[in-house]
Amino acid sequence: MNNLLIVGQYVPTNSIVHRMDPRIKMLIIFFYVIFIFFANNIVSYALFTVFAVGGTLLTKVPWRFIAKGLTPVWFLIVFTFILHLFVTKEGTVLVNVFGLPIYSGALEQGAVISLRFFLLILLTSLLTLTTTPIEITDGVEALLGPLRRFKFPVHELALMMSISLRFIPTLLQETEKISNAQASRGVDFRTGPFRERVRAVIPLLVPLFVSAFKRAEELAMAMEARGYRGGEGRTKLRELQVMKRDVAALVIFIIVVAAALITRDYS
Amino acid sequence: MDITFEQVDYTYQANSPFEHKALNNLSFHLPGGSFTAIVGHTGSGKSTLLQHLNGLVRPTSGSVHIGEHTLEPKKKPKQAKELRKQVGIVFQYPEHQLFEETVEKDIAFGPRNFGVAENEIAKRVKESAEAVGLDLSLLSRSPFELSGGQMRRVAIAGVLAVQPRVLVLDEPTAGLDPRGQREIMDMFYRLHKEQQLTTILVTHSMEDALTYADHMLVLDKGEKYMEGPPVEVFQKRQALQQVQLDVPEIFQFLQKTSERFGKPVVFEGENVDRLAEQLAGLAGGNK
Repeated sequence: MNNLLIVGQYVPTNSIVHRMDPRIKMLIIFFYVIFIFFANNIVSYALFTVFAVGGTLLTKVPWRFIAKGLTPVWFLIVFTFILHLFVTKEGTVLVNVFGLPIYSGALEQGAVISLRFFLLILLTSLLTLTTTPIEITDGVEALLGPLRRFKFPVHELALMMSISLRFIPTLLQETEKISNAQASRGVDFRTGPFRERVRAVIPLLVPLFVSAFKRAEELAMAMEARGYRGGEGRTKLRELQVMKRDVAALVIFIIVVAAALITRDYS
Repeated sequence: MDITFEQVDYTYQANSPFEHKALNNLSFHLPGGSFTAIVGHTGSGKSTLLQHLNGLVRPTSGSVHIGEHTLEPKKKPKQAKELRKQVGIVFQYPEHQLFEETVEKDIAFGPRNFGVAENEIAKRVKESAEAVGLDLSLLSRSPFELSGGQMRRVAIAGVLAVQPRVLVLDEPTAGLDPRGQREIMDMFYRLHKEQQLTTILVTHSMEDALTYADHMLVLDKGEKYMEGPPVEVFQKRQALQQVQLDVPEIFQFLQKTSERFGKPVVFEGENVDRLAEQLAGLAGGNK
């Protein structure tokens, strides 16, 4: 059930990308997402593609796994392409399909948008593929650090995030267990009229909520018992450190962005 | 109902870095009316095996036969619901599946799903509540107000009310107090005898396996490690220890005694008197 989508799945291969500082990874992805929209010629697109594909190769995560994980997104990419093919009316007419003219501009536009979309998904999925939830949380906390000056509860937010991330697999497991138990008692989740199937969710949701609340209560108590008092004066077991590889990645990224901006067609 | 596994493989998340083979070339046959204990270390494939028994999963290769139902890879069982009606599974911590407003409704949930007539349901609710030792005054209460032990009984009653022919129990007594454990196990054993149920018990308690089961299946890493009557399986203490399993206290005691007195004490389960004689003989000889 949950092997279709790889978003949020961590694959431990201990590559150089895995060992990078999560802050740097997030910064690069953040600015990549912004700057890819500045690309408008073959050189800049090539650079961004090489960067994303190169990064993916460095993670040592098998290609087949990534491709399979992107299955639901493939559909969107192809759909976008086809939509552009028929809707955009620029350039010269290339061929007629079922009486609909296909323009050369449409082909170009469709290819570009789909490529951009693909690169965005690919690079952002690398973050969760190569970074443990704890590292991500640490990174977020560090990056949001400056907001503390405005009394923004950074630590609390990071803690909430890490708790939610931590319990996603637990809840998924629990959902599967309960749905197995109810299926054994004759609930049919998959066939039958729509209204029946909606009603079949109740025996699943009620036990799930009951146990989620129970868990929350237990966790709160365990935290109290261990003297948790919020972020004040709290130190970290693993301090984040920017290493040579992080600087290298950042420099390469800046070069890519700079080159893309310089070669950009500003007319 | 007879249960047969033929060279069953089951693989989780095939073709991914998380691929995990849970069952490996597993074959066995359980005759109808037998009481089988399945034991094995954590991760030996017990839970996966159970999920095959009522078609929650299908084998990746091989086939499973339960009565006249057959489970094969890539072929959706035609009568999954009928199969589930015949095979009742009491999962681990079954109280987690309770959700109705009253105990009565929750017990009636299974029979209602399987299309049992309303007046018959009322009868079954009462019967199964009595079978698990629930006070009938609790039927109108919310299941969430009950104690842990009572919730467990409600959940078990909910499975029994369907009146399955095969009863599958996944550590049904985990987390109960010793008295509750014995009551529940005795209750299952009584039902097994009275209704000639085919019973499958997954357990960590070797004592329970010895007391109740007439057949035993030892799993290790998804493969069949040993099979046979419990008294025979428990003779092979060393082989069991290899897969982090122990033997019941009585066998440990007998082995120690044999070693201490330098004479073998034979115990085949069926003859306690002979065992007593042997022990008396040992003690006498040592005077």
